[in-house]
Amino acid sequence: MKRVYVHEEWCLGCHLCEYNCAFSNSGLTDMVKALKSKKITPRIHVEDDGRIHYAVSCRHCEDPLCIKGCISGALSKGADGVVTIDHDKCVGCLSCMLLCPYGSITTDENETVLKCELCIKNGGIPKCVEGCPNRAIVFEEVEE
Amino acid sequence: MKYVIIGNGPAAVSCIDGIRSIDQKGDITVISKEAHRAYFRPLISYYLEGKSKEKNIYCRADDFYQKNHVETVLSEAVAIDRDHKIVSLSGGENIAYGRLCICSGSSPFVPPMKGLNTVEKKFTFLTIDDSFALEQAVNENSRVLIIGAGLIGLKCAEGLRDRAKSVTVCDLAPRVLSSILDDECASIVQQHLEKCGIQFSLSNTAEFFDGGTAHMMDGSVIDFDVLVLALGVRPNIGFFKDAGGECNRAILVDNSMKTSIEDIYAAGDCVEQYDISYGKKRIMALLPNANIGGFIAGVNMAGGSKAFDNAVPMNSIGFWGLHMMTAGTYATGGDAKMIEEKSEKSIKRFFVRDNRLIGFIIIGDVKSAGIYTNLVRSQTDLSDLDLSALIKNPNLLPFSEKYRRKTLRGVV
Amino acid sequence: MPVNYMLPEFEVERSDYRCIRCRVCERQCSNGVHRYDIDGDVILSDEYKCVDCQRCVCLCPTHALKIKKNEASLRENFNWKQNTILEIYKQANTGGVLLSSMGNPEPFPVYWDKILINASQVTNPSIDPLREPMETRVFLGKKPHDITRDENGNINTELPPQIELELPVMFSAMSYGSISYNAHKSLATAAEALGICYNTGEGGLHEDFYQYGKNTIVQVASGRFGVYKDYLEAGAAIEIKMGQGAKPGIGGHLPGAKVQADVSKTRMIPEGSDAISPAPHHDIYSIEDLRQLVFSLKEATDYKKPVIVKVAAVHNIAAIASGIARSGADIIAIDGFRGGTGAAPTRIRDNVGIPIELALAAVDKRLRDEGIRQNVSLVVGGSVRSASDVVKAIALGADACYIATSALLALGCHLCRTCQSGKCNWGIATQDPELVKRLNPETGKERLINLLTAWKHEIKEMMGLMGINSIEALRGNRLMLRGVGLNEKELEILGISHAGE
Repeated sequence: MKRVYVHEEWCLGCHLCEYNCAFSNSGLTDMVKALKSKKITPRIHVEDDGRIHYAVSCRHCEDPLCIKGCISGALSKGADGVVTIDHDKCVGCLSCMLLCPYGSITTDENETVLKCELCIKNGGIPKCVEGCPNRAIVFEEVEE
Repeated sequence: MKYVIIGNGPAAVSCIDGIRSIDQKGDITVISKEAHRAYFRPLISYYLEGKSKEKNIYCRADDFYQKNHVETVLSEAVAIDRDHKIVSLSGGENIAYGRLCICSGSSPFVPPMKGLNTVEKKFTFLTIDDSFALEQAVNENSRVLIIGAGLIGLKCAEGLRDRAKSVTVCDLAPRVLSSILDDECASIVQQHLEKCGIQFSLSNTAEFFDGGTAHMMDGSVIDFDVLVLALGVRPNIGFFKDAGGECNRAILVDNSMKTSIEDIYAAGDCVEQYDISYGKKRIMALLPNANIGGFIAGVNMAGGSKAFDNAVPMNSIGFWGLHMMTAGTYATGGDAKMIEEKSEKSIKRFFVRDNRLIGFIIIGDVKSAGIYTNLVRSQTDLSDLDLSALIKNPNLLPFSEKYRRKTLRGVV
Repeated sequence: MPVNYMLPEFEVERSDYRCIRCRVCERQCSNGVHRYDIDGDVILSDEYKCVDCQRCVCLCPTHALKIKKNEASLRENFNWKQNTILEIYKQANTGGVLLSSMGNPEPFPVYWDKILINASQVTNPSIDPLREPMETRVFLGKKPHDITRDENGNINTELPPQIELELPVMFSAMSYGSISYNAHKSLATAAEALGICYNTGEGGLHEDFYQYGKNTIVQVASGRFGVYKDYLEAGAAIEIKMGQGAKPGIGGHLPGAKVQADVSKTRMIPEGSDAISPAPHHDIYSIEDLRQLVFSLKEATDYKKPVIVKVAAVHNIAAIASGIARSGADIIAIDGFRGGTGAAPTRIRDNVGIPIELALAAVDKRLRDEGIRQNVSLVVGGSVRSASDVVKAIALGADACYIATSALLALGCHLCRTCQSGKCNWGIATQDPELVKRLNPETGKERLINLLTAWKHEIKEMMGLMGINSIEALRGNRLMLRGVGLNEKELEILGISHAGE
């Protein structure tokens, strides 16, 4: 399956992926309207110590621990391999956050659990990838 | 091959998945004493709270059993004939098995209490039927008394707060969640719950009941309309013990989820298995382990080969915005040491032995705690990791570039 | 002193409505123009530091930024232009030589823009390049004067060494040091894919790039940095750099700060030491001396590599070229006065040298007149900006063109002309690892390939409309050109008629 992969050597630490993600998942068509004066809660985040930077988002693991730990069945892996969350089912226990080895699960200010769903609900091409100015984030198939 | 599964919780349905990942043909029979499709037990409090709708509590889609050709039997297993490979049910029928998986879970433990029979509305809190019953019994005028300030008691309190007039929790122990938390952490949780409207009476419990009045140990009385007994659970293992299966407090299983009896496996809340953070077998009655263990049992039953060799207890729980995560073992003394990281909103404790993270407790800032859980489960040598940086900020920066490359540029 | 205050050249216009405080501008500006102020929740600009490289503008996700010419100005004066005055202030402040980069920006005539191309009508039909074969391949090197036969009467087909190019364009010399590793990698990999050559400049050849040797021209300049046997043998040709269009007659100076680990290794000089290229080659004071170096290099490489001699376009260029053509060199490269550089004294960049169009026409004519045009191929550079510039250059007599600024633009350069600062926000003219990584060589390679693929299409289209189907037939074909707005002398030098004639 195609996943989002991150090339640390090309990451500029510009954090644009975070904003593109937040915009993509806002449901709005104008970035200014979507993000102006808001604290963003993107599903991808850049880890940065000033020297090294790279983005982290859901790895869509082969055998996702978050799903094993989910107490409400809100997380599932579709036939396409994408791990998605059903917010109607999620109760916000954060077991997925306890189990994700990569720190890819996050929440918004209302404690709604957020995770990357590869923009399958936003047109299919991850916006973090589209907006990355240096191809540090790519959407491709990698041999397993 | 004829597979029989006793119990119908998350471990059981994961076991079905495990079997079907290898054997799509063999017969599977599930014996359940609850007249429901497998549901996520932890949701019973969220159901009461209104966060989880009834339609959403089930572990699998409603055609799961049909699709997987699973026969369901509503009954309770009472005995196993290990020589003839037969499970006897409470109704007197017998079911033959080729391989058996015990996912019988546990039952509430209710010690003998004086005057309990005089209490009109009393409940335990372990099944969705308990939730349905409480839903009926509790109204906005109800004063609820919960005996037991453990996980079940507190989650019940959370579930009932908005439905009841008042919720009081008592416990003989001096603090809430006494088996998990020390005084300091417990008091953070308690204060938060008090702020959210729960009343506590700790180091105190009911000596006897008289109708709607609990006469407490300290001489006080608590009037209540609804009583919930949340004093703990006991694994349902009698029938296995009687068959001569090896048990401690629960059924002992090895890494492949096999019990001491040939062709009998077990998973979920009724097993004791090796906790790599603890170095011994123990009960880890938590949902992730039930799911993982059940699946692995199923794979092995169907002739596959999979080991559950990194089991540790892992739990994430929250009460009205205050989150708490724990994993592994909290040992200090000897060669184990504790590292603490406190901030205004958060307390984190890490337990390290032999240069490996063996457990942690986090209250408050639980962001990305899975990075710690992973260290516990993988028993990673911390020599090359900057643990102090990791403790302040759980992220992948302290790991090697190679690890990140594997993780972020490979399939994991 | 108050006079020390220099008017900022640019103004940062930030639409507060559009700005979402993502701070990408702040993170991406190596000059420190933008700064987020947490108390005011506002992004502030220190416009004095802005070089108008457009990095922030391009990355701003809401297009909230514009960089404008500062409206605040000194009192208008045709003679004492604002820039002239500010430069005087600068020099009065510092006592230093003014430095700048890239090509001459002053309003000298651009002859390419005063030359128009012919097209076939009615007679001599045009050719559709999508239907009929069209040859853009060229070979650079010495060609035989006559057809000769061996004792059996067979034609001698052995040629002196040649460079084979799929189209008559090469990336001209830019050293590793003046541009980044990733810029070099982009050029090298693109050259390989395009079947052309790039040029090491005088910085030596990084060990990672030896694999692109057959698409590499290795340069030997007055500093001789990085030159040794393997280096000479690695390339498709060897170029002796006598001069550079942006700064004819002077040497180069790569500050020690840029001579870091890999650059020092590649240049074969100690880390942190200034890399100073002398103004002249200290062993060349005559054509005879040049001939010695040409043959030394040929000898060192077993006469298998063509040798290029690169000179800046200056007065008497025709005579100079005639000398070079007689020195044994295989190719003459001429660099016009608008050619770029990573750093040059402003006065020199803007006032020395001559336009490449005139130099080329003069050289081609002189070599023809002297009957030695076959001795050498001619490569011209110094602001070849488009496929039409290439076509005009070839019609004026060039065998191929060198491009560098165009290539850098393709890589992201926005011509802010501050390469000398080493803080290139586009990851090109810098050695700062954090900046270097901004140029992903995969992207760089693709963009260069795109650019020259487009040019190749355009060159074929233009050849086709002239009814010409090969570069060979276009070379020196000045009948295909007409001048507009040129005086008699200019037309005479260019060897073309005026439009309407």
